[in-house]
Amino acid sequence: MEFDTIAAISTPSGEGAIAIVRLSGPEAIGIADKLFRAPGGRPLASQPTHTIHYGHLEDPTTGEVAEEVMVSFMKGPKTFTREDVIEINCHGGIVSVNRVLQLVLQAGARLAEPGEFTKRAFLNGRIDLSQAEAVMDLIRAKTDRAMDVALGQMEGRLSKLISTLRQALLESIAQMEVNIDYPEYDDVEEMTRPMMLEKAEWVRAEIEKLLQTSSQGKILREGLSTVIVGRPNVGKSSLLNSLVHENKAIVTEIAGTTRDIIEEYVNVRGVPLRLVDTAGIRETEDIVERIGVERSRKVLKEADLILYVLNYSEALTAEDELLFEAVKDMNYIVVINKTDLPQGIDLEQVQQLAGSKRMVTTSLIEEEGIDQLEEAIAALFFEGEIEAGDMTYVSNARHISLLHQAHKTISDAIGAAEMDVPVDMIQIDVTRTWEILGEIIGDTADDGLLNQLFSQFCLGK
Amino acid sequence: MPKFEAGTFDVIVVGAGHAGAEAALASARMGAKTLVLTMNLDMIAFMPCNPSIGGPAKGIVVREIDALGGAMGRVIDKTHIQMRMLNTAKGPAVRALRAQADKVLYQQEMKRLMEDEDNLTLHQGVVEKLIVEDGTVKGLETQAGGIYRAQSVVITTGTFLRGEIIIGDLRYSSGPNNQQPSIKLAENLEQLGFETVRFKTGTPPRVNSKSIDYSQTEIQPGDDVPRAFSFETTEFILDQLPCWLTYTTGKTHQIIDENLHLSPMYSGMAKGTGPRYCPSIEDKIVRFSDKPRHQIFLEPEGRNTSEVYVQGLSTSLPEHVQRQLLESIPGLEKAEMMRAGYAIEYDAIVPTQLWPTLESKQIVNLYTAGQINGTSGYEEAAGQGLMAGINAAAKVLGKEEVILSRSEAYIGVLIDDLVTKGTSEPYRLLTSRAEYRLLLRHDNADMRLTDLGYRIGMVKEDRYAKFLTKKDLIEEEIKRLRKMMIKPNEQTQQLIQEAGGSELKDGIRAADLLKRPEMTYDMIAQLTASEVELADEVKEQVEIHIKYEGYIEKSLQQVDKLKKMENKKIPEDIDYHAISGLATEARGKLAEVRPLSIAQASRISGVNPADISILLVYIEQGRIAKVSV
Ligand SMILES: Cc1cc2nc3c(=O)[nH]c(=O)nc-3n(C[C@H](O)[C@H](O)[C@H](O)COP(=O)(O)OP(=O)(O)OC[C@H]3O[C@@H](n4cnc5c(N)ncnc54)[C@H](O)[C@@H]3O)c2cc1C
Repeated sequence: MEFDTIAAISTPSGEGAIAIVRLSGPEAIGIADKLFRAPGGRPLASQPTHTIHYGHLEDPTTGEVAEEVMVSFMKGPKTFTREDVIEINCHGGIVSVNRVLQLVLQAGARLAEPGEFTKRAFLNGRIDLSQAEAVMDLIRAKTDRAMDVALGQMEGRLSKLISTLRQALLESIAQMEVNIDYPEYDDVEEMTRPMMLEKAEWVRAEIEKLLQTSSQGKILREGLSTVIVGRPNVGKSSLLNSLVHENKAIVTEIAGTTRDIIEEYVNVRGVPLRLVDTAGIRETEDIVERIGVERSRKVLKEADLILYVLNYSEALTAEDELLFEAVKDMNYIVVINKTDLPQGIDLEQVQQLAGSKRMVTTSLIEEEGIDQLEEAIAALFFEGEIEAGDMTYVSNARHISLLHQAHKTISDAIGAAEMDVPVDMIQIDVTRTWEILGEIIGDTADDGLLNQLFSQFCLGK
Repeated sequence: MPKFEAGTFDVIVVGAGHAGAEAALASARMGAKTLVLTMNLDMIAFMPCNPSIGGPAKGIVVREIDALGGAMGRVIDKTHIQMRMLNTAKGPAVRALRAQADKVLYQQEMKRLMEDEDNLTLHQGVVEKLIVEDGTVKGLETQAGGIYRAQSVVITTGTFLRGEIIIGDLRYSSGPNNQQPSIKLAENLEQLGFETVRFKTGTPPRVNSKSIDYSQTEIQPGDDVPRAFSFETTEFILDQLPCWLTYTTGKTHQIIDENLHLSPMYSGMAKGTGPRYCPSIEDKIVRFSDKPRHQIFLEPEGRNTSEVYVQGLSTSLPEHVQRQLLESIPGLEKAEMMRAGYAIEYDAIVPTQLWPTLESKQIVNLYTAGQINGTSGYEEAAGQGLMAGINAAAKVLGKEEVILSRSEAYIGVLIDDLVTKGTSEPYRLLTSRAEYRLLLRHDNADMRLTDLGYRIGMVKEDRYAKFLTKKDLIEEEIKRLRKMMIKPNEQTQQLIQEAGGSELKDGIRAADLLKRPEMTYDMIAQLTASEVELADEVKEQVEIHIKYEGYIEKSLQQVDKLKKMENKKIPEDIDYHAISGLATEARGKLAEVRPLSIAQASRISGVNPADISILLVYIEQGRIAKVSV
């Protein structure tokens, strides 16, 4: 059987210090060699099979060193899938694995469908018959879950933006098609190269913007950077612990920064949060005291989300009001903690200071109010109040790889338009871009074009 | 009515419209003893609507039919009154020929061709019933009591099945143009278990040319260069008749607004589904009310008639309103309406009941082709007719079945769409339905299909030999241009400059220079001192090949992927209900369509990639199981 080369993260997401990206297929070795640089410079293809090699991955587009990795190299048929298999071991953080996965996808691998490695193992005769049914169940179950996720994202802003781009492309395509299929109809403006070019350039710029947000890694790969602030003893570390406890945090030390800022990742109802300076909160409960006013201001400023904790049992202090001032223009949620104690705070005053921002009351000791807080976070994110980006990270590698493909095809179209190629040829790449963007939002129904055609134009005998 | 034995044949074709004529000719040409039975021998290949053949996508189908040894191209080449190449300002993939036909001559020429064909018998008769034994068709019975026996039957009855004509609130049982409808046959097909849908189409009024004031219209002449559909045609008709262009006016729109309640489409009288791409004038005005005017083309119906087809005015409004409409159009103020426009409703069979060979899934050796399968258009009908005729004969003669793929021909796209997706409205081919239209060009139909035509016996020796020579010349010339270097000398630079290009800095391969948008083959030929003067159609192939190589290459890569999936066959006896894991919707759709390959399965709407994966695993499992037994 002949297949293309597939890749996927093969370790459970966010667990363990080391993650593995696995490739399988005829091009696996070639793809790895496009990226992998061993200290001695020897390509994997020239190495004996079933060996492990230390080195770096290099981003071929920029020439930059991307990740420090160990690569296992196994030639088929003595592998799980009976095909050539490469396993890239990298650091366990979400950032690293996703980066590695993106690199291999850019280098020509296709993101594996759920269960596809197992399927290949089966198709290549590696697994025996009795396991076939299990494989099918696996495919079904995983896909259904993936579909749920996809549906969840349909509401998201990414999907809206992509739909807008697609609609713009579709209108041009429909116009082109009408020019072709009804050449004598005068009611349809002739699609010209400059018109095509303008549209294509706009779409490309939008795709680039999206790719940029993804490479900045704002939400997409790194999570919303989230800071917990508040006076000492209001319950910041309890808040941190409940979030972490409820959501299984992954601790990462940030390379290149001082060891004392530690981040933890949690996934709150599908929203990836990167909790900043967790060690600080745990040790001294006070970020300002520990890292100084200037730096804490900076941390605050760079945050996508601030959880501002107040004490229910005490009246607001001048320091509280100063903090309100400091976070004024930012996304924050007011967490009024310690409702298990008698009220000391003037809620109306808080309301005034917080304006339209969300407020939740909690008693973290009694484990009350955490649900409401999580809901508030999710609402803030999904209702688009947070500006940093709008993609969830669940299937981000797939999105990014498709965006790269779309970028390539639309650039081909632009190149052709500049070269005076006939419009209907340019359209081939425009249509392809439209299709690829459709894959991102799971919309590949092919009657879209015909519907557009007949609703946009008046055609007939 | 006493019954009588009327004869035994290999293949019987019912109907001699555009589908039936091709089916009968193809079957006979393949070597099967063929009978065509049709209601009225004077109505062979009759055009009930516009007197024209070809156009985008459709014109390419005509060329494909020709490359496979069919008749439509040859006949229209002899009987047109005008021919034009469309989309000349665009890329080669979307160019297409269109001819205005002399309707009557077209019919006569087709009839003569059929009469001249060995192995083909023509007979007038109305078919009422199929003879089916053990799920296999064995022959049929006519109204006159004739029993005709055959191994295969092809039904091509167009819009006749329970046809009903509608004009205003007038509604009567009829085939197109007041021919008799086929009611008994419709009932018989229903009894045999065919699922049908009710479709609708319409046609505009015809007016007398003598009553048209042409001074108020714009002339639309044909091309004044020789053009032909058939790769075989050597004699060209240069004496052409023009068409004319005029427009609807505010008055036209007002009349329609005022009389809309009389339109069967709006009064609820008409129930069938009409095609979106051929709306009636009342539809156009209601749906696009902001458009101040619509184009009206006046097309002569032939050299020996004064009837003129009023394209753009298809309507089923009452006859007196149609008169007012004509009067409101510049040039037609005094027009004498010879026939009124009308709508027709008819039964079509749901085409997912067919295999990609157009054989019925429930009745062995029974084929259907043309408008009966839910399509609309002469070319769509002819393309299906040809394939049904080829396959019906092939089966009888024990030859290979022929299924054209989507990457091989528009006919492949058409049939695959029908049998895989079905259609919710009368289906028309559009270039946008083809994923690989750069490969499915009008200029290379012979390159794509002559080999196949020869292999199955549709293309004869002499034609094939000519084709091979042409192919060799093209390949040789491409090779030569790829090798030959062009020096940046004075002659070269001057020629490039005249063409508006930028100067050469270094020597360049001739092929690479040709890739520049401003360069043509003839310029390159000048620079490379070609020894032989090549025929135009050879030059054209060379130029397109080299110029669009990158795009063609990309399409071919996509086709390769498709082919892999097409080669993964699904066993005919597969039981979808036994496959756990398939989604319920997918299971139902797969069981209905019964796709032959994974590629076809993946095109069924409602079957998603996970279902395809499961299917692959299941099939592979079966294969392994069989091997290990
Ligand atoms: C009013 C009208 C408007 C149309 N408008 C358009 C349009 O705008 N655009 C477009 O593309 N197409 C249009 N068409 C469709 C186009 O004419 C058809 O698609 C095409 O002719 C179909 O070819 P066919 O061979 O399938 O059927 P037909 O050409 O209709 O041929 C059917 C044949 O079957 C024969 N027959 C029927 N019943 C029996 C029987 N029981 N026994 C024996 N013989 C039988 C008939 O005599 C006839 O020879 C229109 C058709 C009509 C009628």
